[in-house]
Amino acid sequence: MKDVNKKQQPADYDIEQFIGLQLRYGVIIASLVVLAGGILYLCTTGNIPMPHYQEFIGEKAGFSTAHQIWNGVSNLNPKGIIELGVVILIATPILRIFFSLIGFMLEKDKLYTAITFLVLCVMLFSVFGGLKV
Amino acid sequence: MTIIAFTLLLLAGAYLAGLVGSLTGLGGGVVLIPLLTLVFHVDIRYAIGAALLASIANSSGAASAYVREGITNIRLGMFLEIATTVGAVIGALIAVYTPTNTIAVLFGSILLFSAAMTLRKKNQEALLEGSRAAGVLKLNSSYPTKDGIVDYKLKNVGAGFSIMTLAGIFSGLLGIGSGALKVLAMDSTMHIPFKVSTTTSNFMIGVTAAASAVVYLQRGYMDAGIAFPVVLGVLGGAFTGAKLLTRIDARVLKYIFCAAISFVAIEMIYNGFNHKF
Repeated sequence: MKDVNKKQQPADYDIEQFIGLQLRYGVIIASLVVLAGGILYLCTTGNIPMPHYQEFIGEKAGFSTAHQIWNGVSNLNPKGIIELGVVILIATPILRIFFSLIGFMLEKDKLYTAITFLVLCVMLFSVFGGLKV
Repeated sequence: MTIIAFTLLLLAGAYLAGLVGSLTGLGGGVVLIPLLTLVFHVDIRYAIGAALLASIANSSGAASAYVREGITNIRLGMFLEIATTVGAVIGALIAVYTPTNTIAVLFGSILLFSAAMTLRKKNQEALLEGSRAAGVLKLNSSYPTKDGIVDYKLKNVGAGFSIMTLAGIFSGLLGIGSGALKVLAMDSTMHIPFKVSTTTSNFMIGVTAAASAVVYLQRGYMDAGIAFPVVLGVLGGAFTGAKLLTRIDARVLKYIFCAAISFVAIEMIYNGFNHKF
């Protein structure tokens, strides 16, 4: 019985350690940004009544495009900063796919390079495909 | 209620959601959606946006630990992510046109059935003979246990892949991580040991949720005032959960998993019939 796994163990181990760290730092950075924005949000508007979340206003609230979020961050708008953290959080698993792709390429695992590339394409289609409707 | 009171209450709720989500591999969304809609009377669309963020935070936070311990099967996760991401994009697209009440009832029924199936069958055993597809796709692997490294093989790759597509669609449609369906596809169908299927499911949830989250972000589903306590609370809970999982017996895990799955099922069916979605 040929055992493919045993041979790949060291490289797999490196990928595992790297991806583990990348996920951890992505989440830590995202939560620090959210925390900073959140503290600012509570300091500026903490004592006013909560918004009417039972009514959905969607895009009208702003911060649903990269441009709006970036403007919010530059103006130190608390909600803009929180949304930047949200974007970093969403980007973390997407980056993980990207790093897995590099890992499989370094390992010369053609099958999994192709599989990972396919997943990355689906993600990029979701980001840039204008699927908002 | 003032913003600060709402934020603190939601922070506590999100912490619990993160804890349960990470222990069971379900993702934090299943507790968050009823919490936000039934307790805080938040519109379901904001709840879906927050639940997706919770799923990503929960998954990435817990996965970072499991991946480094070598329990997660990264190849299996990567391969099945083709199915879940395509499904999630489809789910986010049809969400606009679908009567979600119908889907909620259907989904709840499937989940109840699944819970019963899971209670009946216990899959702690590693499969010694796998299928040909599993070998070609290099999905067979090994994982560390208390008694040393255990090798396992798997079968029914095609069926597992199909269930994963369905899991992706539900994830995109309802904002939950669909960890339940993911674990089921791997545990019951592909015969992967429970700890591997739970952690690999957790690993995949982040990518699956991100695939539909980018669409929902552009639709304005992700409100900053809700995202702030949800993300931080869920992360705290997921961190505690990851610490606990190494000390908990998989049998206990399975009961928690079944209780959680039944809870979601009843909640979905109830809300579906009452047209609350």
